[in-house]
Amino acid sequence: MQKSAPLSLQKIIKTTIAAAVVSASFVGFSHAEVGEPEKEDLKFGFIKLTDMAPLAVAYEKGYFEDEGLYVQLEAQANWKVLLDRVITGELDGAHMLAGQPLGATIGFGTKADIITAFSMDLNGNAITVSNDIWAQMKPHVPHKDGKPVHPIKADALKPVVDSYIDQGKPFNMGMVFPVSTHNYELRYWLAAGGIHPGYYAPHKGDTSGKIDADALLSVTPPPQMPSTMEAGTIYGYCVGEPWNQQAVFKGIGVPVVTDYEIWKNNPEKVFGVSQGWADEYPNTHIRVVKAMIRAAKWLDEENNKNRPEAVKILSKSQYVGADYDVIANSMTGTFEYEKGDKREVPDFNVFFRYNATYPYYSDAIWYLTQMRRWGQISDNKPDSWYMDIAKKVYRPDIYATAAKELIADGVIDASEFPNFETESGFKPPQTHFIDNIVYDGSKPNAYLDKFDIGLKKDDKI
Amino acid sequence: MKDKLIHSLETVGLGPVVPMVRLASGENPKQQLSEIFERIGLPILAIALFLLLWSVSAAKVQTSLGTLPGPAQVWQQYQGLVVEHKEERAKEVAFYERQEVRNAKKLAKNPDAKIKVRPYTGKETFFDQILTSLYTVFTGFILASLIAIPIGVACGLNKKLYGAVSPIIQILKPVSPLAWLPIVTMVVSAVYVSSDPMFSKSFVTSAITVTLCSLWPTLINTATGVASIDKDWLNVGRVIQLHWSKQVTKIAIPASLPMIFTGLRISLGIGWMVLIAAEMLAQNPGLGKFVWDEFQNGSSNSLGRIMVAVVVIGLIGYVLDWLMVSLQKIISHSSPENAR
Repeated sequence: MQKSAPLSLQKIIKTTIAAAVVSASFVGFSHAEVGEPEKEDLKFGFIKLTDMAPLAVAYEKGYFEDEGLYVQLEAQANWKVLLDRVITGELDGAHMLAGQPLGATIGFGTKADIITAFSMDLNGNAITVSNDIWAQMKPHVPHKDGKPVHPIKADALKPVVDSYIDQGKPFNMGMVFPVSTHNYELRYWLAAGGIHPGYYAPHKGDTSGKIDADALLSVTPPPQMPSTMEAGTIYGYCVGEPWNQQAVFKGIGVPVVTDYEIWKNNPEKVFGVSQGWADEYPNTHIRVVKAMIRAAKWLDEENNKNRPEAVKILSKSQYVGADYDVIANSMTGTFEYEKGDKREVPDFNVFFRYNATYPYYSDAIWYLTQMRRWGQISDNKPDSWYMDIAKKVYRPDIYATAAKELIADGVIDASEFPNFETESGFKPPQTHFIDNIVYDGSKPNAYLDKFDIGLKKDDKI
Repeated sequence: MKDKLIHSLETVGLGPVVPMVRLASGENPKQQLSEIFERIGLPILAIALFLLLWSVSAAKVQTSLGTLPGPAQVWQQYQGLVVEHKEERAKEVAFYERQEVRNAKKLAKNPDAKIKVRPYTGKETFFDQILTSLYTVFTGFILASLIAIPIGVACGLNKKLYGAVSPIIQILKPVSPLAWLPIVTMVVSAVYVSSDPMFSKSFVTSAITVTLCSLWPTLINTATGVASIDKDWLNVGRVIQLHWSKQVTKIAIPASLPMIFTGLRISLGIGWMVLIAAEMLAQNPGLGKFVWDEFQNGSSNSLGRIMVAVVVIGLIGYVLDWLMVSLQKIISHSSPENAR
């Protein structure tokens, strides 16, 4: 022990020299380098859907490895299992429905603190009905040059649903999870056409969401949607790709509307981690986000020129696994409605442009308004509450750190990101909804007042 | 020499080859030829007929993923899986090379940095999944045998004990793996907590489920076998004052070996069947997960790949059974002609 003093002095000198060498090798980098990742072996979960692409690309293109991360990607059985495994720590993070971190934080379904610093994509979903329902809807759909005029509104479905109600038959439809984008999109579309999708009443123990419903919505995992509809259990569903195009290929259903037509450039999936994980591994978190921003950029680069390669990656059995042609149908800028009716939808899948990866508070608040609208939040909440939850769950600060690193590394130009000095986290009021209602994220209660169907201020089930 | 060869062939279950050996040594050609036809020709004919029936009828079943694959398509999918396996191995090599370069860089930057070599992060191929399944089933099966044989021997030696636990055995025996699985999963998740576990939770869950379902045949057969030993033998043991442990190891177990092995054979068969179901349901790595993943993919190759898995599962089950029979013949010294 008596030798310890000179030894530590030696060590100090050694470390100083080492530090000098390290800093010398970074000449030209003036920014603060993110430290080494605290955890290097990571396991991320995903659901077999095309919008998991940023994860697959970050893995296959080596972006994770560039950050010193050794990532394993693992398909999960359904959204519930995925969320539970992130909470228990079996998964370090996962491809999640935007509503999942929010729903978990406010305690709808499962209560846990989940955050997100990365939004995975815009759009990418559609609503499909079975051939039989489509045949009944078709007479009510306006046509031009022998082709249906898009977007098709739920007005055309209403007489069909009414006839089912008259005959005393339930009109069943599928969505993927109670707090899923798909649930809210399907409800939005139905309600805009005067079909009531039903309320939730969690304070009374009702989490099935069928109170006062004209159409009964239930949960089905994404890959099982087509076969469940084929079996006749549901007449239609809202799901992400490739499970709408799969219905077209199988000849069992017709996608009637894409989410791009319900709300242009709507936020969809996020990358979620638990709050505890993020606190324990901050550098790892930033590096993960860095890798995924690069992947998203690669996906949209030069007018989607990499999309065919991305489709090839996704069609591997360990990722989405569906046929190349089925995935390519929606990933390369087109969408096939009724068999043979293939149309251009260049923005059906957006991964990077329009700041798609930035976690906007206004996106979080939109989801919260829909939770309130359908009774998942049973009591009236002030506007400030919406803002507080959004700030707790959506973490643009982490995103900004990662983005600044990428700018400093010279990988992505600053002009491709929002201006972090002035960005408020609120998109300007959005006007591109199928019912032409304007959404202003800073006034959630005022927004809720605009809907004919749905809970408002002091309503309680 | 010849007789020895024939004996060992019979022991390892290669009986059908025996007539060829006899023929080669010039033993009554006419009789041997008809034997060969009977023991090799007929099964091959039956298999050929089965394949023909399969390919004809499969082509007539139209699913939403195309027609049901026949033997030719299944063979094609199998080759696809082999190609995938080779590609994945190549990727694995590249992965380690990249890691080496990265680690070297890290060391150059900071000589004190801790370097760790990580296992490959890519997907498990079909053949990896087979190994995982085999490893899991043997773990579960050995665990089951270690529990079932001692309890079985004790029950066989002591009628009262057998009477006491018999109702429990009868009630637990028919419980399906699908019922055990959720319970085992919850218990393992709660009890098996470790920051750096030696085995993954999914492996432990699958193995224990296999154990729970496959220990009953061994237990019951062992008990019955031990109980039905000639009483005189046990009496002799008593007369010459053998220690009870010697009585068990020298008399009870050897005398009931054929029954124990019959039990083990059934147990292993059940374990293999249960494992595939458990993996499928719990999404644990292995052949069951492979089948489930392919079902979820819904690609035009999926059905063919699932059928490849089915054929492989069947073949492995057959090989496992054959292994147990050979082991029984070797250990119990019974004449190979009698044990079938």
